[in-house]
Amino acid sequence: MAHPLEIRVVSKRFDDPSAATLKGYLASDGYKALEKALKMKPEAIIEEVKTSALRGRGGAGFPTGLKWSFIPRQSPKPKYVVCNADESEPGTCKDRLIMQFDPFSLLEGMAIAGIAIGAERGFIYVRGEYRYLIDILDRAIAEAYDAGYLGKKLRGTNFHFDLMTHTGAGAYECGEESALLESLEGKRGIPRIKPPFPATSGLYGCPTVINNVETLASVPHIILNGGEWFLKLGLPKAGGVKLTCLSGHVHNPGVYELPLGFPMRRLIEEIGGGVQGGALKAVVPGGSSTPLLNAEEALGVNLDFDSVAKLGSFLGSGGVVVVNDRTCMVKFAKRIIHFYRHESCGWCVPCREGTNWLELTLTRFHLGGGRSEDIDVMFDVAQSILGRTLCALGDAAAMPTISIIQKWRQEFEDHLAGRPCPYEREFAHA
Amino acid sequence: MSVFSPTLDAKLTRLAEAYPQRRSALVPMLLYAQDELGWLTPEAIREIAERLGETELAVRETISYYSMLRTHPVGRYHVQVCTNISCLLRGGEELLQHCRKRLGLEQRDVTPDGVFSIEEVECIGACSWAPALQVNYDFHQNLDPARADQVLAEYRQKA
Repeated sequence: MAHPLEIRVVSKRFDDPSAATLKGYLASDGYKALEKALKMKPEAIIEEVKTSALRGRGGAGFPTGLKWSFIPRQSPKPKYVVCNADESEPGTCKDRLIMQFDPFSLLEGMAIAGIAIGAERGFIYVRGEYRYLIDILDRAIAEAYDAGYLGKKLRGTNFHFDLMTHTGAGAYECGEESALLESLEGKRGIPRIKPPFPATSGLYGCPTVINNVETLASVPHIILNGGEWFLKLGLPKAGGVKLTCLSGHVHNPGVYELPLGFPMRRLIEEIGGGVQGGALKAVVPGGSSTPLLNAEEALGVNLDFDSVAKLGSFLGSGGVVVVNDRTCMVKFAKRIIHFYRHESCGWCVPCREGTNWLELTLTRFHLGGGRSEDIDVMFDVAQSILGRTLCALGDAAAMPTISIIQKWRQEFEDHLAGRPCPYEREFAHA
Repeated sequence: MSVFSPTLDAKLTRLAEAYPQRRSALVPMLLYAQDELGWLTPEAIREIAERLGETELAVRETISYYSMLRTHPVGRYHVQVCTNISCLLRGGEELLQHCRKRLGLEQRDVTPDGVFSIEEVECIGACSWAPALQVNYDFHQNLDPARADQVLAEYRQKA
């Protein structure tokens, strides 16, 4: 059920069990946008998306219309649309719901993207753990083919668009677009050196657009209702609404669709029902890669790209993780870095060695073996990863670590004074 | 003779032809093969390499990158407990310890009868319904020790 403060666009069919069938989808405005797009000039589709100010919902927030406009339409090579459904940023669980409850909106968005950039083939790269979604998507794709919404001569026009799902097999790194392409080519998911960017040299060296599930599922709504309409739902520079995944220490965790610029305080207090088990200590604003906000910052910020950026963090993937004051931040940092150490592909030395060293040191520190110089050395090591890797995974490991050492340095000092972990003793039986 | 069932054999043949370049089918073929066999046996790896015209070495190089692909057997019900941040904050670590204890897997990862195995995994995308685990591909969310016991008991009964 929708929360009264939500504005439902990509989640508007989440409560309609029939929307996962073509019949139900058609009954709720489904494929009207594609019919419209088939009569539009490709450039006009891109313009409409630009007007909407839609920015990528996967984490980087790149303007979608601009990304599409980078595709060299005159290139003789085939062009591809790839959907990044590798959702694996810790704290993020929204794309799953779109694929489960409204799979056709993704199919329709991809077909429209295909028309816009001149691509006749698309792939949905789904993380391996989401097998049930591959089954749902495959059924939807089969239905769409039968009705002429996919395949040759879309709805009797001269546009073609073939689409299939592709399963990953467990690798966070494959959510990085160039690593995803390597994986889709059947190789280890190691990022590529950029430039060239996928727009000119992507899948099989061909022009490729890669967009997140939520981004592509927003497209039919934008084409049907107009870019202006979408833009006005949110803030001028980042149009529309966004799925926000609320998790951690709140009474009502869940996925909520909110206009960009929605106050974090209202998200936590009114929608989340307040902080659970203590007072607010920290918030991860956009998935575990984003620098943490302290309570004061979190309660004053609005959920849009620019406001969060002003605090030195990112809106990211929309994964808001609320942390109460009974949590040991050293342990929290250790768990975050454990993840990045596990997922580092190992190609770039600063990331491979840095995450490993940070995990070892944080583990020793948390267990009571800390030395006072460790704190600065950990900070330096994290700083030394920043900007020195082929992809953003190194930064993603370093940034939250740096923010925790900066904002909760006292907790590290407390671990030296009250070994092993003063917080776990105090709150063990809370 | 194929090491795969006729249904899987047909599916793998379709996959190998489905992409602009054959090698693209590699990871899906491996995962679907593993689903049937339980793990990637040397025979399965050899056959997939042959089907795609790749060397076994190239296939193994790819396998070793992906955490879901495994070259050793696990239990029929593979319990994967998430302990990443959202689950951590809501008892994911305690859930993992509880499941280990309940399954008798404190010192090993596979039960002697081969029915259960356990693994601590990274974020499975159930953050708003934490803590959560997957048994094979099925999600079980909003768990506490009592609910986890029910889930495990149901699988035990099916075994």
